[in-house]
Amino acid sequence: MAILVDENTLVVVQGITGKEGSFHALRIKAYGTRVVAGVTPGKAGQSVDGVPVFDTVAEAVEQTGANASLILVPARFAADAIYEAALGGVSLIVCITEGVPVQDMATAVNYLAGKPSDLVGANCPGLISPGKSNVGIIPGEICSPGPAGLISRSGTLTYQIVHELSQLGIGQSTCIGMGGDPIHGIGFVEALSGFERDPQTEAIVLIGEIGGSDEEQAASFIAEHVSKPVVAYVAGFAAPPGKRMGHAGAIITGSSGTAQAKADALEAVGVRVGRNPADVAELMERALGRT
Amino acid sequence: MDLYEHQGKDLFARHGIPLVEREVAESPAEARAAAERMGGRVAVKAQVQTGGRGKGGGIALVASPEEAEAEAERILGEGFKGTPVTRLLIERLVDIADEFYAAMTLDRSVQRYVAMVSAEGGMDIEEVARTRPEALRRAAIDPVLGLKGFQIRYLVGHLPPEAREGTAGVLARMFELLRAADATLVEINPLVLLAGGEVVALDSKVTVDDNALYRQPELAGLRSSFPVDPTQARANEKGLQYVKLDGEVGIVGNGAGLVMSTLDVVSQAGGRPANFLDVGGGASADLMATSLEVVLSDPAVRSVLVNIFGGITRGDLVAQGIVEALGRVDAQVPIVVRLDGTNAEQGREILERAGHPRIVPAATMLDAARKAVELAHAHAGGEA
Repeated sequence: MAILVDENTLVVVQGITGKEGSFHALRIKAYGTRVVAGVTPGKAGQSVDGVPVFDTVAEAVEQTGANASLILVPARFAADAIYEAALGGVSLIVCITEGVPVQDMATAVNYLAGKPSDLVGANCPGLISPGKSNVGIIPGEICSPGPAGLISRSGTLTYQIVHELSQLGIGQSTCIGMGGDPIHGIGFVEALSGFERDPQTEAIVLIGEIGGSDEEQAASFIAEHVSKPVVAYVAGFAAPPGKRMGHAGAIITGSSGTAQAKADALEAVGVRVGRNPADVAELMERALGRT
Repeated sequence: MDLYEHQGKDLFARHGIPLVEREVAESPAEARAAAERMGGRVAVKAQVQTGGRGKGGGIALVASPEEAEAEAERILGEGFKGTPVTRLLIERLVDIADEFYAAMTLDRSVQRYVAMVSAEGGMDIEEVARTRPEALRRAAIDPVLGLKGFQIRYLVGHLPPEAREGTAGVLARMFELLRAADATLVEINPLVLLAGGEVVALDSKVTVDDNALYRQPELAGLRSSFPVDPTQARANEKGLQYVKLDGEVGIVGNGAGLVMSTLDVVSQAGGRPANFLDVGGGASADLMATSLEVVLSDPAVRSVLVNIFGGITRGDLVAQGIVEALGRVDAQVPIVVRLDGTNAEQGREILERAGHPRIVPAATMLDAARKAVELAHAHAGGEA
């Protein structure tokens, strides 16, 4: 088992004939992901390394049975691509694109509420269930199958922590990069809920950063609904207030959104918070009863 | 991007939000002339992106053109809280019957816009929420539906009856502006009821979403009106995310989260980060070289820590970039390099072959942080 993506995930790549689109489509296909279709308007009938290209997501779904979409299109087309995927009938939409206007994301996220399509992203590395399916740009070779469920607001920090876990021989059920934007699709709460139900997942790693209140909301959810051990990391203790640290959502506004407040909220509900990525892996080792 | 008050008010005017008579002045003479046209009784307001102008001397209320000229000279000469002031807004003084507060922004916790109206104007809104919660009304706006009539009626329902209709009109226009300008914040503090019954915006605070500037050419054009540090400008031009901090360990990394984490481990090791610099995904050798140049151009930097975990980014290209940068700039400080992930092995070999005396390899992120901090301290000591 795993959550959201597995060997039954059939991926359509929106923007497959673009530079980024073709590069990543081939990369995840080589990993073993079932990439069944691509979409680029006006390029129906072409193929990219044997993957058929369609004009619309709806046609791709009808012809290939695709049930997940990976969006690798420029920011100005991203929201439109999300609506096309939802109306085309895929149940999982993964939007990698960075720099999408927040108004577009706010509208898309509210439109999708209550609809049968889950959104991951935007501005995210996607997600991977190691050994089964990689829908995004997380380097598959650093992951291995195992009992750790991972959800993160950051891409490379996820790689760093997966790397530390691998050094200790701890594999992953599913790693999800939820993205660094202030308004996003699936977040900590949805992932925690999925990992809690997933039989493969024995313990959960939550990787947060400054800005917003996602970590505080996660802490409340953990207190009520999560019985599996959760280990966390929060980046940005050294970040000054009022400065945006790379991610659109990584900013301390006034006195809210600090790393300390987030770590405190998580620790208050029994979550162990690591001081650095290596420390997180060691805490995870303990949570899994391996030491 | 935070707009100046006068820029925000130009947007207000375009969207039909009532304002008092106003003019921009860039010299004491212009301030005097504007005050003369307005009958002498005016407010002289520093155009800065810092708050607290009222209490901090950034706004002067005067009774004559001569006084306007003198106050303009003072503010333009002194600046405001350390920021130079090059522009003033001159506004006709009005008779205020009552003051309120109105704002719309994004509420991340509910993933919607939120509108707020307070019956207490001119006060810090967080303080109103704390001390007089009954004076504040909020409504979450679903961006799919927009701001609805029932919400507007609720939002203005606690204001004096004579201010409700005017405020309702302002709220509807604020939301139009928010959508049309891709703003993430539109705030009016104070929104005032004039003795004559009209509701007008006395101040404006507008923040525009940087991600949306591609479709807001006019607003994007305002960028050049904000002061930018030259190092910052160079980084922005190359698409690098650079934030200047006040420490001595320069930081270069890939990915915002990893860079933030690098700042943290440097702090934990007893150092102070000099900057945040994210080279982004898939960095080329040239971008890497530019990044190092940007960080090294900060005279406070005593050592540099390059922390790369390659996914899309390739370690060999990063290493090439470092070697290239050292050919272009004469680095006076040690550069600690930690490479992992894609092609890291090749990258480490490239650095070893280059054999540059400034390059210090490190095996792990923590090891790299410790080395960078030690070297920064040793270097500072050596110079003293």
